[in-house]
Amino acid sequence: MAAIEVVGLERAFGDVLAVQGVDLAVDEGEIYGFLGPNGAGKTTTVRMLTTLLLPTGGRATVAGHDVVAAAREVRRSIGVALQEAALDPLMTGRELIRLQATLQGLPTAEGRRRADDLLERVDLAAAADRRVGTYSGGMQRRLDLAAALVHEPRVLFLDEPTTGLDPVSRKTIWQEVRELNEDGTTVFLTTQYLEEADQLADNVGIIDSGRIVAEGTPEALKADIGNPHIQLQLAEGSIAEAEEICARIGRLLPPKDGKRVLVEVERGAADIPRVVRALDEAGIAVESLELVQPTLDDVFVAKTGYRLEEDEERAEEEAVEA
Amino acid sequence: MNALAANARVVRALGMRSIRQTFRRPQLLAPILVFPTLLLAIQTGGAGGAIELPGFPQVQSFLQFMLAGAMMQSLMLAGNSGGIALAVDIEMGFTDRLFSSPIPRFAIVLGRLAGTAALGLFASLWFLAIGLAFGATIEAGVAGALLAMFLVTSCALAVGGIGAAIALRTGSASVVQGLFPLVLVVLFLSSAFFPQELMIEPAKTIAQYNPLSFVVEGIREPMISGIHASDTLYALLAILGIVVLGLVLSDRALRHRLRVG
Repeated sequence: MAAIEVVGLERAFGDVLAVQGVDLAVDEGEIYGFLGPNGAGKTTTVRMLTTLLLPTGGRATVAGHDVVAAAREVRRSIGVALQEAALDPLMTGRELIRLQATLQGLPTAEGRRRADDLLERVDLAAAADRRVGTYSGGMQRRLDLAAALVHEPRVLFLDEPTTGLDPVSRKTIWQEVRELNEDGTTVFLTTQYLEEADQLADNVGIIDSGRIVAEGTPEALKADIGNPHIQLQLAEGSIAEAEEICARIGRLLPPKDGKRVLVEVERGAADIPRVVRALDEAGIAVESLELVQPTLDDVFVAKTGYRLEEDEERAEEEAVEA
Repeated sequence: MNALAANARVVRALGMRSIRQTFRRPQLLAPILVFPTLLLAIQTGGAGGAIELPGFPQVQSFLQFMLAGAMMQSLMLAGNSGGIALAVDIEMGFTDRLFSSPIPRFAIVLGRLAGTAALGLFASLWFLAIGLAFGATIEAGVAGALLAMFLVTSCALAVGGIGAAIALRTGSASVVQGLFPLVLVVLFLSSAFFPQELMIEPAKTIAQYNPLSFVVEGIREPMISGIHASDTLYALLAILGIVVLGLVLSDRALRHRLRVG
């Protein structure tokens, strides 16, 4: 049985259709990575699946229950850790998990035991009686995760669980997610980090402008878009000229940073000498060259026409301007 | 555990959180205790001679008269603070944690109101203690004190319902906080701080029909004269009206919030 089944799910806010006919299925015990830029519809989809927002079209079931008709049964079956850790800075970590246990209907003694176990598990036992407002970002995310697990949910929703975390905290969360999944928990993970989806997810759905534009295992998605690409950094010479030359050999990909040329080639390593020769004949010196196998980043570009990093930079610039 | 007991347990847990939140956030507690206490001290110290005015009710002291007003101010601001705290919960996403839990969603409002009612009870005890410490007597004795405490507690719950409704509708702590002056205006247009008999028009007529005046008189009478069934009944009816209004508005606001996400 599918842990999550979504058919034609829609959500409109006034005239804006934030989610436009999303279809997806997540099997029991799977980690599903839901990948997309800011504003793509990830969080809106998660809010509908966790019964926080009513759909305006389509239907969805979670753990076999309809998210509208049987919302309370859905809420009994799921754990939720939302994008902005929904924590009260005035509560202590222990108080928060005990409250969550009460909300989930656990008897007092069991709730206390679960709280102690979970605080130990996420390495917060020593900080359990400190107010949450004194926790670091990583500690808050771990506490949020622990609270979501208090009733041992069948399906766990993690909405961008590592956004804004340092690499060490990020890897700690990844490890937790893997262990949970090994214990049989189905995980629905939204992320804007390609590496996160690549590392964790059994299946990935890419959403852009409210629509699923690609879905499959990371390997299948990469294989689907096919060819590797050559990444060139020039020692001297014009990037524009180098791009013009490379475009005659393969398909130019959108540049990552304006300093490198990326060209998709059909024959992989066999095309490297052609590229180097052509550049050499034009008097363009190459500082470094690398053959890169397709990544989820390339899948994203192929399916949406732009890079996820560009979207993040744009969002950051907008935030700075605001 | 049956469903009712389970829901009562949730309401109690949320009520306890609400109380802890108030005591840990001075800006929520100050309006409930500090401001009314200061106003009580200033008014009692500065306008104590008012009891000599013709038409002023027969009281033992101005403090005895003012205790009901201070309790009323405190419970009104407790309702406002409860609304602010709920709006802060909405702003920081804490209500999403509650909404995604398998509890009746109105338990979230009831939990907040339980906390506000408990703060009302605490405020009534606080002001009774101040009154007794500074020589005020309670004419109706222990029964009068218990009645006053009951009315203050239930009115805090009632006013909290309106604060919760505004918080749920707007989701903005600053909007709820902006109602603070309005709370004081409504209070000053009642008999909380001055006898209706000595007011001038139009304040006198407004105070006469202001539901808060009925509640104030219900709290005040046991202190200054004794328990009168009619005053108590009018106070209870006024509180019931505010409770119904608060719960209906909260329910509608909650449904709206869940609909729009």
